[in-house]
Amino acid sequence: MSQTIEAPVEVRLPEGGEQRRDDRPWIVIVWNDPINLMSYVTLVLRKLFGYSEAEATKLMLQVHNDGKAVVSSGTKEKAELDVARLHGHGLWATLRQD
Amino acid sequence: MTHRRIELEPDGRYRLQLPADERQVLRSLSAQLLELLGTDDPSLARLFPPAYTDDEQANEEFGQLVRGELLDGKVAALRVVAATADADLLDEAQLNAWLGALESLRLVLGTQLDVNEGTYAFDLDPSDPRTPAYALYGYLSWLQEQAVDALSAGLP
Repeated sequence: MSQTIEAPVEVRLPEGGEQRRDDRPWIVIVWNDPINLMSYVTLVLRKLFGYSEAEATKLMLQVHNDGKAVVSSGTKEKAELDVARLHGHGLWATLRQD
Repeated sequence: MTHRRIELEPDGRYRLQLPADERQVLRSLSAQLLELLGTDDPSLARLFPPAYTDDEQANEEFGQLVRGELLDGKVAALRVVAATADADLLDEAQLNAWLGALESLRLVLGTQLDVNEGTYAFDLDPSDPRTPAYALYGYLSWLQEQAVDALSAGLP
């Protein structure tokens, strides 16, 4: 590794302070709906995200009882991809920044 | 159990034990939905849900990005059902296509019927003109449950 000590670089901060890079994670939410079978939702969560049967069942019950559950999170790109995969399986999913 | 319609075989394939009239119904429904998918019928809404709850523009962009691929996947699954409606054995990929096609059929029919969570236990009234459609929805739900059971049995 280089041992060179670099001269400090002057960093210009944007004025107003609102430009701070926003790296809060994006979350993917599955919503309850009256059509999807409980067993089907569990199977889709196992297949798409590799959840165990117990984990997937817990999330499915959260969707069923509370109306929604967070099933994955990450960058915006990953969250959009996960939402697209869930839509591909007929689940009602959305994403938002946490 | 004699009423099982879909069962995992020891060789990893799935046996379809469907009477001819049920096969005919599934073939016909798949063809009907394939035709409907070429339209902008409002009952297709649940096949293409919004990805954002409060951002119309982001939904628009997301739709432009994924809708084509989403549609292709649903069309492909329905075509597999149409092509294998008379099969005795399905491989895993084919049964997954059946599962996806049953899902699309239930989403569209369920939207048309405006079902609620208790609809599968609907107390059918023979004088209600919607009764045949509710019965069909109930049948598709029952068959999808069997496909889920069979595929779940094959998961590690």
